[in-house]
Amino acid sequence: MCGIVGLHLREPALEPRLGELLTAMLGQVVERGPDSAGVAVYGDPRLSPPGRAVVSLLGVTPEEASTALPDAVVVAADATTVVHADIPVPELLATVATALPQATVIGSGERFAVLKGTGNPVELAESFGLATVTGYQGVGHTRMATESAVTPEGAHPFSVGPGQCLVHNGSFANHATIRRELRAQGVEFDSENDSEVGARFVAHHLARGTDLEKALRLLCERFDGFYTLLVSTADSFAVVRDAIACKPALVAETDAWVAMASEYRALDVLPGIEHARIFEPEPEEVYVWRR
Amino acid sequence: MAALTEAAVVDLATSPVRDLNQALHAPRPAPSWRVLNPRGAHSVACGLRDEVTVDIEGHVGYYCAGMNQHASVTVHGNAGVGVAENMMSGTVRVRGDASQSAGATAHGGLLVIEGNAAARCGISMKGVDIVVGGNVGHMSAFMGQAGRLVVCGDAGDALGDSLYEARLYVRGTVKSLGADCVEKELRDEHRAELAELLKAADFDADPAAFRRYGSARQLYHFKADNSTAY
Repeated sequence: MCGIVGLHLREPALEPRLGELLTAMLGQVVERGPDSAGVAVYGDPRLSPPGRAVVSLLGVTPEEASTALPDAVVVAADATTVVHADIPVPELLATVATALPQATVIGSGERFAVLKGTGNPVELAESFGLATVTGYQGVGHTRMATESAVTPEGAHPFSVGPGQCLVHNGSFANHATIRRELRAQGVEFDSENDSEVGARFVAHHLARGTDLEKALRLLCERFDGFYTLLVSTADSFAVVRDAIACKPALVAETDAWVAMASEYRALDVLPGIEHARIFEPEPEEVYVWRR
Repeated sequence: MAALTEAAVVDLATSPVRDLNQALHAPRPAPSWRVLNPRGAHSVACGLRDEVTVDIEGHVGYYCAGMNQHASVTVHGNAGVGVAENMMSGTVRVRGDASQSAGATAHGGLLVIEGNAAARCGISMKGVDIVVGGNVGHMSAFMGQAGRLVVCGDAGDALGDSLYEARLYVRGTVKSLGADCVEKELRDEHRAELAELLKAADFDADPAAFRRYGSARQLYHFKADNSTAY
């Protein structure tokens, strides 16, 4: 099944509550995906202080990261190690690649961090310290593994471009074909996960200057299978579903926030939900909200 | 002791859905129930077998009032995926909107949705009557086998795709018809049938304003000419 939750805040007064709300939302979709969980948070000062490059890593301990990157600040969050430093993002990525070759980068950017792990999503949220996180946008996912192994690398979100991430409920039927095509164009992959192919596809088009809406329309043209996708960037929050809208999705919108979830009960925890405009996204229609 | 007319109240903020359903499944349950704070919970008031009235004060999650027999369930809010799925008899009314697959595989009874229904409303319906006050999403009445679907608003893409025998009435526009679904003449007996369904749903609409759709019955038979297409 998999569970998706996402919250895009319009009202700055709610920013101190981002993590608390995201934790409550995630807790409502645990049954949809008890295998693993992950979140992406935009704007938290502890994980991603303003003006600093942030890289989220798997496959290294915080101690290894501290030793290898003496000038960086290291934050431990379950299986994920987040490092931030006062240098540009590409420079930090290059430094990480040299100093920690065993690490898998699961997210990079500014004011943006990705946290992933395996196990019960509620326990993971606690392990991430999610309830204390603040910021302007957050995305979460609980995974019921179907297409690849239960590993932190296979957990969502898939963040493969700066500040960009994708979470997916469903399965892509032709992911192997598209993975081969992208590999032929020089794109590298971290996992066998079908959703990573979607994320790489979107990132590939964004890197060529395509806007998010167009990139998601191209995805609809190219990918077969079932999908409800929540895709975010530093300033955007987007939802798209497959041609028959097989997988569930609900959007709720108020003047204070836009939220998306697989089930209504995950939206019910939000302040002002009783006055929200609630709707189900139409098939293959791309919805984008911007800051 | 409470008067017989007073509803039994169950607050889902303090007691689990399982307790509510078990109480509703008990021999000779109270005739009238109010359910508070559903907050999107799944399987609320499922599998009811008695002539009880259940008022749910808020939005429900998946499969509300599934497998219903004899009971009258009203959701004073929106309903999630598969409301009144596999209903056999009784009435389910949703005062707000319903998500996908409302009334899926239902054999009998009446499902009324006052707002809009999302995709695949009445998928594989097998005898249920469904009356929707607003619009229905794409692939509604997909593989419908028996029963009647009345849509007071518009229908999305592929209405009645692979339809067998269910009868469809739409007042608004139909974005497209699915395979083997065709428009049919609206005769007096259909206007009478519609009037009866609209009355049962408590909707004030003119039966003459609707158009009728049904199966062309071409998919019952395998066509040897198409064999090379597989």
